[in-house]
Amino acid sequence: MADEASPEPQQLRVVLAKLGFDGHDRGIKIVARILRDAGMEVIYLGIRQSYKNVVNAVEQEDADAIGLSMHNASHMTLAPKMVDALAAAGLEVPVVVGGIVPDEDIEPLLEKGVAAILGPGASAEEVAQTIRDAVAAVRAEAPKA
Amino acid sequence: MSLRGLTPADIFERALAGERRALGRLITFVERDAAEAEVVAEMAHTRAGNAHVIGITGSPGSGKSTLTGQLVKLLGEAGKRAAVLAVDPSSPLTGGAILGDRVRMEDVASPDTFIRSMATRGHQGGLSLAVPGVVRLLDATGYDPIVIETVGVGQVEVDIAGTADTTVVVATPGMGDSVQANKAGLLELADLFVVNKADRPGATDVRRDLDLMLDLSHVSGHDQHTGMRPEIVMTTALSGEGAPEMWDAIERHHAAIIDNGQLAARRINRDVTEVRNRLMAELESRVDDMLTRNSLTGVTEILDAVAERSLSPTAAATQLAARIKDL
Repeated sequence: MADEASPEPQQLRVVLAKLGFDGHDRGIKIVARILRDAGMEVIYLGIRQSYKNVVNAVEQEDADAIGLSMHNASHMTLAPKMVDALAAAGLEVPVVVGGIVPDEDIEPLLEKGVAAILGPGASAEEVAQTIRDAVAAVRAEAPKA
Repeated sequence: MSLRGLTPADIFERALAGERRALGRLITFVERDAAEAEVVAEMAHTRAGNAHVIGITGSPGSGKSTLTGQLVKLLGEAGKRAAVLAVDPSSPLTGGAILGDRVRMEDVASPDTFIRSMATRGHQGGLSLAVPGVVRLLDATGYDPIVIETVGVGQVEVDIAGTADTTVVVATPGMGDSVQANKAGLLELADLFVVNKADRPGATDVRRDLDLMLDLSHVSGHDQHTGMRPEIVMTTALSGEGAPEMWDAIERHHAAIIDNGQLAARRINRDVTEVRNRLMAELESRVDDMLTRNSLTGVTEILDAVAERSLSPTAAATQLAARIKDL
């Protein structure tokens, strides 16, 4: 309410999803709650989502960021494919991965276009700030052409 | 490919051409009530007025989302280009929200369906202030019908009846006895009742209570306002049973209000209501401004007098009301 008049309203809208056959949804539900309490609007898709579903949701919901929760070691395959699917649809929306990602996978994921990775033990403030930073980074690199 | 650098008018053209991302962005403008929103509203208003607007409302957990999903599935199969607005509450504390209705619709909806989740963003009454503007956009870009799913409501969140052409109230077994059915409020405004979870014990009791309530509307002449008696349809949303009958009843209602002239009257009323709501919101923010930032001289003194108990809140309000024109 207070920053209604600010030039860039920060009512962030975040799509949360788990791709493929990963049914461990305890974490993503907690993240949904954390982001809600940080003042964001969470479009919660939950488990068994496809790239297409996520792309659809980002387009129709005009989402600012995507949070992918990954707990079945599929992150090296599915996360980069999600990034590619968004790029193919012309969507400039950061993908933040949360869940169980071994240290040695972090750098390769970032190289493949994942915006940030949140591991176990990340605080609520860290989770919210990572999303905000990822959105700010994409907006900052606005191609003016 | 990007929408960056495009004017609202450009984005509107793209939305008219069927680009869903463009429509998604326009909705954001309307939701934020950004400077672009006025341009968008202007462009949309001249093109709107064709879509059948259907409201689905009922208490939390009554099955609104699942029913909406079933409805959207039927509409897709019938080759209609439907849109859904699914509204969920914003936190009064942080402004955040969890919008969880899409997940129950996406898989059954046809690829042509446009689904948008909206948070209430501080508005009471079961919808968000931006809903009429978003409906207008969807209408202007060719979606028909438009289904609005309200937040889970109690008895007084009646916004939907002023927004939709056909208001569907979803009831379930276990919602209370026949006295509940006769209380004033939401139930009076239904154009169609759906008794969902019809496979559960007590469903026929709900139907009977609603029927009795409607009988009394006839006795008292209440139904003269609407010109017809709302139908009652039994559904089991999880299996989809009764959904085709629900759609048939919705279409019958639509045809009836076209015939008897109610549709035109409702739409005029809807536009006036929207203007009124916008004026009220504007006034409210000015009043808040007056009370918190003392934008008028003398306000502090009046509020201090109330705090010192030398002036009653009633008298203070009367004094301040006289100065509303100065805001």
